[in-house]
Amino acid sequence: MELFWEIVISALLVIGGFFGLVGSFGLVKLPDPMTRLHAPTKAATLGVGATLIASMVWFGVYKDDLTLHELMITIFIFLTAPISAHFIAKANIFRDWKQDQLPPPAGNGNWAVHEVESDTSAEELQEAEVSQKS
Amino acid sequence: MIRKILPHPHLTLLLTLVWLLLANAYTINSLVFGLLMGLVIPWITAPYWPDRPIIRNLPKIIEYILIVFYDILVSNIVVARIVLFLPNSKLQPAWVTVPLDLHEPEAITVLAGTITMTPGTLTAEVSADGHSLLVHCLHAPDPDGVRDDIKARYEARLKEIFE
Amino acid sequence: MITYALIFAIGCYALALLFNLYRVVKAPGVTDRVLALDTMAVNAIALLVLFGIWEGTAIFFEASILYAMTGFVATVAYAKFLLRGDIIE
Repeated sequence: MELFWEIVISALLVIGGFFGLVGSFGLVKLPDPMTRLHAPTKAATLGVGATLIASMVWFGVYKDDLTLHELMITIFIFLTAPISAHFIAKANIFRDWKQDQLPPPAGNGNWAVHEVESDTSAEELQEAEVSQKS
Repeated sequence: MIRKILPHPHLTLLLTLVWLLLANAYTINSLVFGLLMGLVIPWITAPYWPDRPIIRNLPKIIEYILIVFYDILVSNIVVARIVLFLPNSKLQPAWVTVPLDLHEPEAITVLAGTITMTPGTLTAEVSADGHSLLVHCLHAPDPDGVRDDIKARYEARLKEIFE
Repeated sequence: MITYALIFAIGCYALALLFNLYRVVKAPGVTDRVLALDTMAVNAIALLVLFGIWEGTAIFFEASILYAMTGFVATVAYAKFLLRGDIIE
């Protein structure tokens, strides 16, 4: 049984380290800013998730102290990674991409970055829908 | 009356649970304090989040979460292979517009997050009227296939959950 | 066996932090620097947790939770500053 847990923890640690390294290597290797966004948001997130779960199993097996702290950090990182990626992509579009370099959105209107005062909130979505129906 | 005291019952439950896990002490003390936080925080933040999202169909939610977790694993392997083995000159990045059938802001948020976490795609922007998403693909020889895949795999399931 | 896996993982993340540092110092655009700093925060969380296993204490979890939160808020603040030229309007 001891050996089984040892193999599980070692495998999780090696997978975590490998994916973390690949994510950061992608940050250096990929050619332009939008593609560079892909590597850290995906690979680094899984790498850190695997490392945290390895730590959780290690404390559960060797210290008899099974806590769900690491699981909470993992979930937090999985929830925040898309949001920070979205923010960075938005800043990048705002700085480097002209309006006619992007495909136009379906329907009328424009991408939110190119509108002057746009904070897409629930009420504004409803108003837009009502004005479209009428 | 109940709506006024408990604007978001799910949020109250979640906050209490998170407090218990953070305190790491499953005693009556931390339960009471967690409940207190769970009651006060939704009450203070209620003006910023007026609508209560309607969520039904629990088995569908579990199915969706499992599918997304599987896709996160696959996506990581796909992206790692592209980063390590595909030379930059053969990389074909592309922009894709995804028209939306969803209307609830919460559903659109979940869809955007899912697209970011799954194979080779990343949500970059939402249109000003909230009817389409701008998605960037890391390596997409066939952009239309990516759009159809997103609509069939995730959006249809989210529509069943939220609407 | 766990010791070797631990050393391997710590080496990987140290190398990853060096890559990130290179990107922070030598980047073509300012959004790349923000992205590199964000990735650096995530990698630092992993290093903290690995060091916690190495030392056998659970005392680093609070540090890594705080690091995760401040890292996320910092990224959002940088991005907001780039978008609007202001953080709290």
